[in-house]
Amino acid sequence: MPESSLDLELGFHPAPSCSSQCFRALSWRRVSLECLLVLSSSTIDKPVPQPLRRHSQTTLSLVPQNEEKRSLSLGGHVGFDSLPDQLVSKSVTQGFCFNILCVGETGIGKSTLMNTLFNTTFENEEASHYQNGVYLRPRTYDLQESNVHLKLTIVDTVGFGDQINKDESYKPIVDYIDTQFENYLQEELKIKRSLFNYHDTRIHICLYFIAPTGHSLKSLDLVTMKKLDSKVNIIPIIAKADTISKSELHKFKIKIMSELVSNGVQIYQFPTDDEAVAEINSSMNAHLPFAVVGSVEEVKVGNKMVRARQYPWGVVQVENESHCDFVKLREMLIRINMEDLREQTHARHYELYRRCKLEEMGFKDTDPDSQPFSLQETYEAKRKEFLTDLQRKEEEMRQMFVNKVKETEAELKEKERELHEKFEQLKRMHQEEKRKVEEKRRDLEEEMNGFNRKKLAAETLSLSQPLKKDKDKKKYKTNAWHSGGF
Amino acid sequence: MTTNMRYKSRIIKTEDSEDKQYVGFATLPNQVHRKSVKKGFDFTLMVAGESGLGKSTLVNSLFLTDLYKDRKLLNAEERISQTVEITKHTVDIEEKGVKLKLTIVDTPGFGDAVNNNECWKPITDYIDQQFEQYFRDESGLNRKNILDNRVHCCLYFIPPFGHGLRPVDVEFMKALHERVNIIALIAKADCLTPNETKKLKDRVRDEIERFGIKVYQFPECDSDEDEEFKQMDKELKECTPFAVIGSNTVVEARGQRVRGRLYPWGIVEVENQSHCDFVKLRNMLIRSHMHDLKDVTCDVHYENYRAHCIQQMTSKLAQDNRMDSSIPILPLPTPDAETERLIKMKDEELKRMQEMLEKMQQQMHEKDQ
Repeated sequence: MPESSLDLELGFHPAPSCSSQCFRALSWRRVSLECLLVLSSSTIDKPVPQPLRRHSQTTLSLVPQNEEKRSLSLGGHVGFDSLPDQLVSKSVTQGFCFNILCVGETGIGKSTLMNTLFNTTFENEEASHYQNGVYLRPRTYDLQESNVHLKLTIVDTVGFGDQINKDESYKPIVDYIDTQFENYLQEELKIKRSLFNYHDTRIHICLYFIAPTGHSLKSLDLVTMKKLDSKVNIIPIIAKADTISKSELHKFKIKIMSELVSNGVQIYQFPTDDEAVAEINSSMNAHLPFAVVGSVEEVKVGNKMVRARQYPWGVVQVENESHCDFVKLREMLIRINMEDLREQTHARHYELYRRCKLEEMGFKDTDPDSQPFSLQETYEAKRKEFLTDLQRKEEEMRQMFVNKVKETEAELKEKERELHEKFEQLKRMHQEEKRKVEEKRRDLEEEMNGFNRKKLAAETLSLSQPLKKDKDKKKYKTNAWHSGGF
Repeated sequence: MTTNMRYKSRIIKTEDSEDKQYVGFATLPNQVHRKSVKKGFDFTLMVAGESGLGKSTLVNSLFLTDLYKDRKLLNAEERISQTVEITKHTVDIEEKGVKLKLTIVDTPGFGDAVNNNECWKPITDYIDQQFEQYFRDESGLNRKNILDNRVHCCLYFIPPFGHGLRPVDVEFMKALHERVNIIALIAKADCLTPNETKKLKDRVRDEIERFGIKVYQFPECDSDEDEEFKQMDKELKECTPFAVIGSNTVVEARGQRVRGRLYPWGIVEVENQSHCDFVKLRNMLIRSHMHDLKDVTCDVHYENYRAHCIQQMTSKLAQDNRMDSSIPILPLPTPDAETERLIKMKDEELKRMQEMLEKMQQQMHEKDQ
């Protein structure tokens, strides 16, 4: 049978134990399709066994483990070239999100530059120089241009560079960036997640404002940029550049770049792999850091109103390329590379953060046997571990409880015994006392009896001698009184 | 009238000397003038501020020389934990027969490190050291050739990029305002439009007052000065802190060669009064108030230091209770009259009693014999 390029054959792979005869008994099917189909079977780990090749009219295409994609040419217009447009229309409906972090000293022109870049006035108050530390102030705005919605977040560093001791100045900034990554990671790890309408607050670009001293970077700039370069895309900018003359600017830029390179600070390079923008990007890379001037006031130059700064000695026009690099910054930042910045943030910086974080938590990509681990398994294992731990702790606590109860019981028993003893003792004493009292009573009774007898005897005596007159009676009475011994 | 002319007009003219009642001591100013020219002057100026604010450029522009020929600037990484150094440059300059020994004290490294705690300590120590040395020399036996290295004036450079004074500025000025005359300057003023300059000056003045910093005050001008001078003086006082621009290069502007900075949008002239306050600073610092700065240093700051020093020494001596003092000029506490009288009385009494005792002893002796 003639083999056409459109034919594709489905075949069954023989089980290793099958003999070739068995195999011949299997039916074959030939299917011809007009589109590209790739068959892959990951359970096959053996190549095509030799005996099959005897059947020359049947061609077998068994796909081995490593894929071999075949590209086919189309016979007509299918229409999947509208895929990018579908993507674009979806993105436009969804809206875009962009987050800028502005790092620089107080009063260096961050807010003015943002106003100038986006040609609008974002409300912001002037910051004071006397903050105790560095605070980050994020503000979100909704902008719209033609039919494209942009959710812009501008994060300002308030109080940066003002303190006398600036050792800790970089910490709040790094913490903020990490927090945004963490929030995204949490959302990603959720069971029920909604990434499509998640408000992405990860910082896509950090504009670092360098003071125009004309000599070199400040020590604080160097320290901060080194801490930030692995977490965010940095574009350094020379602020208030209308205070540096052209020759000084050239020297200054060279000095800054050489200092960054010699200290291993990685700033954002405009991508040069896309042919459409490679040329302009590579030429702009050579102009870094951009020397910008910002202004929202308009001055009449010629017969137009342009955004500029009016000095007694001249007018500095913001959008004049020979005056400053503002136009270059705007081109690069907004008009050409905005999407690339977002991609880099997600693909490079966020992934790095995620990897570090998960490794910290104990997850690994491969276990000691180099078998691929799945997140599920690791998670299960961890969960089991946690549960056994929990059980163990419960046991311990129960044990402790039981012990304590026993102790208290023993104590109580002891006390009871003591009480009993005391009771017995007291009872005995009581008996003793009772006996004594009884004895005394008996003695008393005897005495009383004795006395009564005597009394009786005395009375009978006095009765048996009634002749004795009153004198005797009296005498006797008095005698009796005296010797009665009452 | 320029300030020089004003001073010269105070010197008496020769026509008055022909008056019969004229004694002649009105020529004293002339004599002073002559002597001072012969002796020459000296002045020590300190410049302080973060790097990159244009201190060296301004000093060069002020004195129209190049004092900082081979300067090595540190990289950012070297400055992370830099300590403040004190460097001195001394030059002898002469103008119309008047000699000036100018010393510029520089403070490289101030405010450059990441942790700037007490970064002004080396500077205050240096100033105190100079005072101490002068104090020792003054109290010594041979006082002919005393070298006066005391700092007469400190120019403090405030960066124009912020909204006013920063904490490090405030702390520095507070540490120094009772040791030296501080003149606050707004550096690199070519990044401020006239409105912004005014706003910043007002802000800085308010903050200086609020934090109680005593910057150098211009002396009040006498009531018999003419109106023009009074007006100038008033303007000068309202202009502080001066917003200055310096330049090492000479450019061509309006057909002249002037010191200035060349930009694509225009040329900034350093000596143009509408561009910056450099001329006012120069006039104030050099042409009219240089000697006053020296006087205030000698009369106020140095005397404060000296009194403080002596008090410390006497309290220490009283604690030790030792009579030998290493410094001969120490003013011993004078005993007041009351105690002296008491002491005298007691002494006499003691003497009398001793005599009586002797007499009695003698008598006893005689009796025995």
